[in-house]
Amino acid sequence: MRTFTYTRARHASDAVARFRTGTAYLGGGTNLVDLMRLGVATPDQLVDVSRLPHDQVEPTPGGGLRIGAAVRNSDLAAHPLVRADYPMLARALLSGASGQIRNMATVGGNLLQRTRCAYFQDTLMPCNKRLPGSGCPAVDGDHENLAILGHSAGDELACVATHPSDLAVALTALDAQVHVTGPGTTRVIPMPGLHRLPGAEPHRDTVLAPGELITAIELPPPPPGRSTYRKVRERASFAFALVSVAALIEVADDGTAGTCRVALGGVAHAPWRAFSAERTVAGAPATAETFARAAAAELSQAAPLARNGYKVTLARNLIAATLEELSR
Amino acid sequence: MNEVTIGVNGVLHRLTVDPRTSLLDLLRERLGLTGTKKGCDHGQCGACTVLIDGRRANACLALAVAHDGAAVTTVEGLAANGDLHPLQDAFIRHDAFQCGYCTPGQLCSAAGMLGESGPSAITADLETEPALTPGEIRERMSGNLCRCGAYVNIVRAIGEITETARP
Amino acid sequence: MNRVEAVDKVTGRAMYAYEQRADQAAAYAYPVQSATASGHVRTVNFAAAWHMPGMLAALSCTDPPELGSAEDPELALFTTREISYRGQLVAAVVADTLENARAAAAAVLVTIDRHQHDVRLRADHPGLYTPDQVNPGLPAATSYGDVAAGLAAAAARVDVTYTTPVQHNNPMEPHAALASWDAGGNLTVYDSTQGPSFDRDTIARVLGLPPGRVRVISPHVGGGFGSKGTTRPHAILAALAARAAGRPVKVALTRQQMFELTGYRTPTIQRVTLGADTSGRLTAVAHDVVEQTAIRTEFAEQTAACTRVMYASPAMRTTHRLARLNMPAPSWMRAPGETPGMYALESAMDELACAAGLDPVELRIRNEPVTEPDSGLPFSSRNLVACLREGARRFGWDGRDPCPGLRRDGRWLTGTGVAASTYPARRQPSRATALVLDGGFVVRIAAADVGTGARTALTQIAAETLGTSPDRVQVELGDSDLPRAWLAGGSMGTASWGSAVVKACEDLLKNEGALGSADTAEDVAADSSFARHAFGAQFAEVHVDTGTGEVRVPRLLGVFAAGRIIDATLARSQFIGGMTMGLGMALMEGTFVDEAQGGFVRKDLAQYHIATCADVQDVDAVWLEETDSHLNPMGSKGIGEIGITGTAAAIGNAVYHATGRRIRDLPITPAKLLA
Repeated sequence: MRTFTYTRARHASDAVARFRTGTAYLGGGTNLVDLMRLGVATPDQLVDVSRLPHDQVEPTPGGGLRIGAAVRNSDLAAHPLVRADYPMLARALLSGASGQIRNMATVGGNLLQRTRCAYFQDTLMPCNKRLPGSGCPAVDGDHENLAILGHSAGDELACVATHPSDLAVALTALDAQVHVTGPGTTRVIPMPGLHRLPGAEPHRDTVLAPGELITAIELPPPPPGRSTYRKVRERASFAFALVSVAALIEVADDGTAGTCRVALGGVAHAPWRAFSAERTVAGAPATAETFARAAAAELSQAAPLARNGYKVTLARNLIAATLEELSR
Repeated sequence: MNEVTIGVNGVLHRLTVDPRTSLLDLLRERLGLTGTKKGCDHGQCGACTVLIDGRRANACLALAVAHDGAAVTTVEGLAANGDLHPLQDAFIRHDAFQCGYCTPGQLCSAAGMLGESGPSAITADLETEPALTPGEIRERMSGNLCRCGAYVNIVRAIGEITETARP
Repeated sequence: MNRVEAVDKVTGRAMYAYEQRADQAAAYAYPVQSATASGHVRTVNFAAAWHMPGMLAALSCTDPPELGSAEDPELALFTTREISYRGQLVAAVVADTLENARAAAAAVLVTIDRHQHDVRLRADHPGLYTPDQVNPGLPAATSYGDVAAGLAAAAARVDVTYTTPVQHNNPMEPHAALASWDAGGNLTVYDSTQGPSFDRDTIARVLGLPPGRVRVISPHVGGGFGSKGTTRPHAILAALAARAAGRPVKVALTRQQMFELTGYRTPTIQRVTLGADTSGRLTAVAHDVVEQTAIRTEFAEQTAACTRVMYASPAMRTTHRLARLNMPAPSWMRAPGETPGMYALESAMDELACAAGLDPVELRIRNEPVTEPDSGLPFSSRNLVACLREGARRFGWDGRDPCPGLRRDGRWLTGTGVAASTYPARRQPSRATALVLDGGFVVRIAAADVGTGARTALTQIAAETLGTSPDRVQVELGDSDLPRAWLAGGSMGTASWGSAVVKACEDLLKNEGALGSADTAEDVAADSSFARHAFGAQFAEVHVDTGTGEVRVPRLLGVFAAGRIIDATLARSQFIGGMTMGLGMALMEGTFVDEAQGGFVRKDLAQYHIATCADVQDVDAVWLEETDSHLNPMGSKGIGEIGITGTAAAIGNAVYHATGRRIRDLPITPAKLLA
């Protein structure tokens, strides 16, 4: 681990003012400290933002929810308003990591966690995300749990990494707004939209500019309908998703689907909002046939690699099964 | 180097630390409290679980410098006045350990878990306070790996204590 | 009784290797590994490292240390510039703090001329050869009868290939050692080891020291499962680093480093061919194994050895062939041989049951041998049939419809499966002493308690022999200065040590309280020729969601016949512990080998999945009374490993019963079920 100076910020402006190249913001540390110990992250200054006054979960006048970026995952999942009004969000949080990590991890840090691709995490391996131009060994190597959508496998700067956050998938389905402050700027970034696809710059996970700090997440009022988060993984707990789905559906008395939201995790460099699936479902009969058609429409864009084609099947099945379960 | 003040098992320590030092290494290397174990150093096994301000956390991912002012409880601090904590006693009676290396982390995690409220990933109704059934205990303790495979007895030991012990 | 060290373990007072203290503050050594699987080290540059704070010493293969015998290339650290596998130790630094050592190691620059590497195991590998023998000294190939004729005459035939991946032991305690030299050139090593006597001998030999100048102390070990059964490079590194730095040095391997430096189970490609007549009796059995070893070290896992003991057949062939690859040397991992071998054999038997239209329990009963099939030796005791019947009764097997894919519970298809398990029951020479002290007894033996409860079992064995209560007996172990003992491995611990402890206690009683001592070498050599094995039957219930590929195991039951059980609580924990590891093996464990990069990927506990608490539901183990007077004074069989041997096949067979899909490649993951 490279040595660094450590300071604690007391206000967002204080944190931003301290930022310079080589600075990292420290939240709960559950990903950053991990990466620093691996030598993947090498900040020379840590600015601790975990004690900023961004630790509240408050209803907004419009009937939504404002979540401070320093709120811990476990506190957010346990919050009565989240459990009552945004069950998809609670379930996404509860499915992530372990109880210990959920206690430490902040909402802001969770969104900015980096891929768990094995090659990214090993500094003795080539990796276009760590070192653009060094290559992507995952394309021919271990990609069984990597991307099937939106990747750049065939490109010069190939990258097939996936984003590991469950929270991000739920926020993507809920049209969350990410409040950001930076050197001289304050802006709101909608989700989906915070996370990027790798494109020509695999080293950039998000659209954030250097120094920008997430201060809060704002959720619109909960859409009508029932929602949930389902995560499929190789063991029953404490594992990243193979594929996960955040889904919401409103079904009218006559069996017609109204609002429908679907977002996928484990399939791309960013949480994947399944707009094609949503468009197929909205206004159609809420039946197994519709859901299967919707899932197929969304996954028709998939470009599986040699050994992760199963994720296409899994994503299709999961979308359909989850919407069916919510419609019963 | 940074100055930090951290309370460990009720004793205040004022130390100068290398900013890279984890809370785990602070406990083990500097304070001689080797009860908390290093299994993976990356938050993936739970052997380093301690209570920080009453909540379970992985000491390996906690930088000591970031926890100035924290109150930490380790396995050495679970027992009060020389008596075993009810969880420790239950672990012995149920043979809830074999090699013992994951055990301190299991105990601190269980102690922290018993103080947590709200649903888990397997709770059907999010708005209830679920009873700590064996299934709930299993899910909530999944952040603590045990290669010896003592899970069956760990769950029994914790199940016996669910009503009676709080950290 | 509770485990003797129970309070120490639950209070955090039990000290493991890295936590011990030397008489001076220890420095820290940190390894530098090769990022290439094959090549020649050109330069190792410490210039940048020496500029970093806290550096005390540097070790490098470009400056070979003085060593003794180089018989194990893995331990002759820094004596060669030739790279045989990715992760090989090429250098190390010693610094005053852990953080400084890690940072300095990262600053060491190594240049390596890369050569072509070969890391891929395949059934048609051009370099396959048959070793002289397979671990632990068994013939690599056996054959009797006419297998081809037996297959030709069979009414039902199965010819299938099963594959298992690289598996890593991954004990919770990383390998660690604290080494210190005294002024007289004597070395003390606190090591995490399954065998203090052997560890001491090996360390002495590698360093070129007489054994009397080395002491290994290891009171508590955080699991090993075979990976701590032989001396590992970290111990040699600690000793060399302490010599170079002039002060005690401690080393703890990181979890990532463990994957390359502490052994693993070889992947296997196993072809099993079975033929049976119209009444389900085997007419031929063939088990042909392909597996790997390292370039410089040969380790041949005895994967097909189990087939030689399981079922009666007029013709049988077992073979092992190895490919030398640019990979670390495989080594022991819980039940080497039986674990992968029984997976393939017991899965193939299930396929044969289906092909023959027979219940899988009944098929095994019909092929129960009278004597050990390959050797013809009489069994010292064997109760597999009773285990199968008792297990079937407890599990509700009666009336089971063998047809797959019929049972549904919501989104889950459900099924059940059965498999046999086995493990040899052996003992090895050990020595022990017993004496009277302070109104009680002290028993001394350089045994190891790696979580098995050996300390507690030996306390009970001694107390029973002495005719006293366990609280009056103190067992001292885990120190090479104690009477020489076999290592904890091969499920031979209790049998080997217990034999010596009984004999020493009897000797003490005979001497009327002076000193009792024992050496079981002659007794063990005189052990008559029997086929000594423990057997068991394992039953699994699985639920499979064919839409997502998720597999859950609501029930696992093992019924074992393992001689006299010394302590019911300890035994049950061992059986269940083995079955839990088997569950992981069946559904989630496997280390990926990247052929282009030439090494292991998924080198941590987030990517190498072992079973979590949530994965383990109703897992139970029971045993049958079994008396066997041909084993050892206790009449016991080892039980630490048998639990894993039948589990994966029972689960795989249950997956077939649930879904109609036969997955012949472990682990059975959603990816494979959805393919």
